[in-house]
Amino acid sequence: MSELLSLLQKADWSPLFISLKTGIVATVICFFLGVFTARKVLKAGPKVRALADGILTLPMVLPPTASGFLLLLIFSLRRPLGQTLYESFGIRVVQTWLGCIIAASVIAFPLMYRNARAAFEQVDVNLVYAARTLGMSETKIFWKVILPAAGPGVVSGTILTFARALGEYGATSMLAGNIPGKTATISQKIAMVIQDGNYAAAGFWVVIILLIAFFIIVLMNLVSARGMKQVKRY
Amino acid sequence: MHLYVKIKKKLAGFVLDVEFEAAEGVFALLGSSGCGKSMTLKCIAGIERPDEGRIELGGRVLFDSDRRINLPPQKRHAGYLFQDYALFPNMTVLENVQAGLAGAVSQRTKKRMEKREMALEAGRILSRFHIDDLADRFPDRLSGGQKQRAAMARLIAQDPEIILLDEPFSALDSSLRWQLEQEMRSTLRSMKKPAIFVTHNRDEVFHMADTVCCIEAGKSGRVTSVRSFFEDPGTREAAILSGCKNLSAVEILGPSRLRAVDWGVELYLRKEIPPDTRYIGIRAHAFTAAKEEGSDNSLPLLGAEVLEDLFEWTISFRASPGGGTLQWKTAKTEAAGPSLPERLYLDSGKIMLLKGEQR
Repeated sequence: MSELLSLLQKADWSPLFISLKTGIVATVICFFLGVFTARKVLKAGPKVRALADGILTLPMVLPPTASGFLLLLIFSLRRPLGQTLYESFGIRVVQTWLGCIIAASVIAFPLMYRNARAAFEQVDVNLVYAARTLGMSETKIFWKVILPAAGPGVVSGTILTFARALGEYGATSMLAGNIPGKTATISQKIAMVIQDGNYAAAGFWVVIILLIAFFIIVLMNLVSARGMKQVKRY
Repeated sequence: MHLYVKIKKKLAGFVLDVEFEAAEGVFALLGSSGCGKSMTLKCIAGIERPDEGRIELGGRVLFDSDRRINLPPQKRHAGYLFQDYALFPNMTVLENVQAGLAGAVSQRTKKRMEKREMALEAGRILSRFHIDDLADRFPDRLSGGQKQRAAMARLIAQDPEIILLDEPFSALDSSLRWQLEQEMRSTLRSMKKPAIFVTHNRDEVFHMADTVCCIEAGKSGRVTSVRSFFEDPGTREAAILSGCKNLSAVEILGPSRLRAVDWGVELYLRKEIPPDTRYIGIRAHAFTAAKEEGSDNSLPLLGAEVLEDLFEWTISFRASPGGGTLQWKTAKTEAAGPSLPERLYLDSGKIMLLKGEQR
């Protein structure tokens, strides 16, 4: 017992904060980007849609390490884009917290995009038509009619995105590395302490991430239950 | 206010090709399901885009393929009542009506109505439709009739220049229909705007509309008053839509004599038969059991089969051995069943002469 207490006091909480920070920022990015692209893809023709859908879903299907490798190729300081970013703007992606965010965003993006798209697809098209004949502007239709009607799907997509971004390991470890206090997220911390044979610390972090995951699932169920009120059960 | 429509649009399986004009009053587009009547309505509203043609409303061009004009639905000021009413599920009845008001205001005057003013106006519209007490309800907690009233209130709030009704009664119980038809009719009368009413139900046409136009497989027919449509549908297709049960191809034997080929009988008319007559139609109620004044035709009643309806008997019979069956409907006067005469009588003025492709 005293061992646990001292462990808690001594514990370095930075992985939790880095994970949460990364998760939140990546979710915000994914939310706007996902909703935006979902709308664009839905408006596109069937061929463009199939192609775009394939590309945008790729990070979900690829092993995260493969995505991480591709990201490293893009942002490496020895590559044109990475070099330009660093020399012109002083922005470094590799081995920084920005790398954490980019890796998490890229990996979690398909979840947001796919959920938003599915939610938009099931919005009754007559609602949009009705809004148009009533004289509502397209922007207003999106915020007042489409988004509320697609609400539960978009919210559960957002929560899933956050969960995925929070636990990202593969791409993050390749792009951002595992720098304690800087880029070491909970999932990277777990991998590291296990390599050191420190099972107690690993167990501690597993419990933390387990609690967060469980909380997210319950939250999601509550949200979708609220959305189901307007939908008939079968 | 005057509506002119002449459009063509390629659809799956057929080409929509309609042309009609409608003035103030209720104009019915009658057709079987899938004939393109709803698509016509959507083209007028600007929800769908015709391939070619022109749509004009009160001198304003809404669509003109030659001049590349295609106003967005927002600028057409067309009130569209959807079959399922399309109330916004995330808004209360009041908010739905306010959405209609806001749209109208922002599109017409480009300035915002004050919140208080809008709430007052929305309240006035709600009480006009007797749904004040439903103001705070969400659409999923409304009955079919209440939904229709709310949707009509939202439509009126928009102050449309034309009203488009897409099978507005099809989602309602028959017990509700009568009252809502009454309400809808008086609302439309008071609007003094053209209303285009799409339906497949001839009773609704008879109850609601002033003029009617049939659409058959995408092609619109002539525009007639409702009364003359039911008295003289003109074509075989229109006669079917008007509910005529007895149709036969004809062979013209003389200036006022013809043979109903399908039934195997000869019939006489008091007028000259136009040479392009291809079919005749006789309504099931046109036959009489006893000879009356004007009964200038009679048919034998062979192989009669009686079916009991709620308020009338339906008797199917043949007029010649081996001929096609006809239907005769007669009011129930005795519960025991109708007394079947040997012959039925028919006023030749009730024979509808029809054009149509010979098949």
